[in-house]
Amino acid sequence: MSSETNKILTTDGIPLEESLKKAEKKNKIKAFLLVAPLLLFLIITYVFPIGDMLFRSVDDRMVTNMLPKTFKAMEKWDGKELPDEEVFEAFYLDYKKLVEEKTFGKLATQLNYEKNGFKSILKKLKRKMKKFEEGNYKEQIMEVHKRWANVEYWRALKRRTPAYTYSKYLKGVDMYENEDGKIVQVPEDRRVHKILWVRTIEVAFFVTVLCFLMAYPIAHLLATLPMKYSNLLMICVLLPFWTSLLVRTASWMILLQQQGIVNDFFVWIGLISDDNRPEMMYNKTGTYVAMTQILLPFMVLPLYSVMKTISPSLMRAGKSLGGTPFVAFWKVYFPLTIPGIGAGCLLVFILAIGYYITPALVGGASGTLISNQIAYHMKSTLDWSFASAMGLMLLTGVLVIYWIYNKLVGVDNIKLG
Amino acid sequence: MALPKYTEPHYRIWHYFYLTICTFVFFFLIAPLFVIFPLSFNAEEFLVFSDGMKRLDPDAFSLRWYQDMVYGTKNPWGLAAKNSFIIAIFATLGSVLLGTVAALGLSSRHMPYKGIIMATLISPMIVPLIISGVAIFFFMAKVGLAATHTGIILAHIVLGTPFVVITVTATLSGFDHSVTRAASSLGSDPVNTFMKITLPLILPGVISGGLFAFVTSFDEVVVVLFLAGLDNTTIPIQMWTGLREQLSPTILAVATCLIVLSTLILVTAELLRRRSERIRGINR
Repeated sequence: MSSETNKILTTDGIPLEESLKKAEKKNKIKAFLLVAPLLLFLIITYVFPIGDMLFRSVDDRMVTNMLPKTFKAMEKWDGKELPDEEVFEAFYLDYKKLVEEKTFGKLATQLNYEKNGFKSILKKLKRKMKKFEEGNYKEQIMEVHKRWANVEYWRALKRRTPAYTYSKYLKGVDMYENEDGKIVQVPEDRRVHKILWVRTIEVAFFVTVLCFLMAYPIAHLLATLPMKYSNLLMICVLLPFWTSLLVRTASWMILLQQQGIVNDFFVWIGLISDDNRPEMMYNKTGTYVAMTQILLPFMVLPLYSVMKTISPSLMRAGKSLGGTPFVAFWKVYFPLTIPGIGAGCLLVFILAIGYYITPALVGGASGTLISNQIAYHMKSTLDWSFASAMGLMLLTGVLVIYWIYNKLVGVDNIKLG
Repeated sequence: MALPKYTEPHYRIWHYFYLTICTFVFFFLIAPLFVIFPLSFNAEEFLVFSDGMKRLDPDAFSLRWYQDMVYGTKNPWGLAAKNSFIIAIFATLGSVLLGTVAALGLSSRHMPYKGIIMATLISPMIVPLIISGVAIFFFMAKVGLAATHTGIILAHIVLGTPFVVITVTATLSGFDHSVTRAASSLGSDPVNTFMKITLPLILPGVISGGLFAFVTSFDEVVVVLFLAGLDNTTIPIQMWTGLREQLSPTILAVATCLIVLSTLILVTAELLRRRSERIRGINR
């Protein structure tokens, strides 16, 4: 076996095996080079920025770098009583430098995230600081405002010492690290994010269920009707699918307004009185109705493409073997449509959980979702690291759903159109 | 869907019940789009059907909102339409180019790490748009491309390529590779083979992927909201601002135009799909 002569050689004297390996490797490189431009492009403009988000969400070096002396002096402070003169002096020196550089505003914003009321006392300190005399800074700073004599504020400051922090993630689920280093929930009346998470999941879940209940019969009808009718009806699914999201949202805003057609209709059939028209928009109802209609095609299309492949003779066989039509449907037809159901539900759920535009327009205050909160922090409060943290929490959720789906149904079973 | 004569009564009732449900769902899907159409011709400023419209009085209808859309003072729609088309066209070209080439590599059986690479390439489609928006905004701000056309085009290429990759790989999955081998054995170089043999065969897939990319870019709001400055406003951005501030009939005129556009795209996409099915049918 090991003798050299047994090896098959190509015409140029290289063993065939080696030559084949070489050719395979060349093909591999060729295939990879074709994918490389897009892969590189996406890594630079997309994968890397998502990594950057992760970094931003934990990065807290800005405050650390702004108050180097203070944090150094605070190392020895146990956090129980007010810190001593050394800390106050260090803080005074740090803050004076920031005022000279005109960057103290950033510090005020950051510290205000940590504890409300920080901004005003920092501003007041800035005004009074010009008249400070040398020495005994503790007394002088505490004179400026009584909050400077409150140990809570100094503890809040100490909490910002580390260069990296997970506090934004805690804030995302309405928790924080208290003075003793324990992780606790924020007071009941300030738990805003938990409500949003629950609502987002709730809306995504019910929209998915509603879409499924509505899509299943019509997908079945489309798949069983003769071609010439089903093509016509298919337009009813495809036209909304291709139409701009904003156009569809606008039409719901017209329909659902108080003087709108839906209310007109209910008044006309006598369900509600004319002077008592309910508000159907700017609340959860609006979000549900509009999102269901907008996401419905995403459920119909995968279901349809799966149902199209199921032969009608299977149902006939089921019935001829003695099953009633319902039994035949439940035992034969329904199990065959599960890949379509899985794909549709996954698609709709993932789209719904990250929905932004429609809830923002028709949702009002009680119908907005977690995405709206992310956008709010990106555009209004400018707390980008918090927006990043929330975004990554949402992304993790989506990936977990995707992973579970992959385990249960298998992503390869997804059929899209 | 005619029922056979021997159907028992309760199944007959069930069947008509099922058809009624289907009718309702179809109505629910399509009817909202048709509300916009008549209201955009409203002569009055309110977004409800006036009594004149209900009587089909010709005076109750007018083209004033279309006039306002095109000639209105300080109107933003001209610039927005121009920007939208420029951005969508370049984004489509970029997506089609990068996506098609990548799909060619991905459907080669020699491709290493296919699973993970495919997952990366289609990830912009799975990740919620708001997260993509935030991430892309950070990147563009860092490299100084925020509030530029280039930045928005690049962002839309990111969002559009997954569609091209998916449609083109789907077309290539039914592709008979012996035709390209035949071409090379007859002395054609790879580029020539691609242009003369492969491309014409996969063209329907490429074009429908391109249509998806075009619509994605043309209709995209979330990422543009983060990226756009005053000079880069697009049609969706203008609609978004309009819908948030005040629903004016001019928006409905624009919406009607967009519905016409999407109808055209739908027809094109359907024709392409049928053509590609026919080509694949001949291959078999």
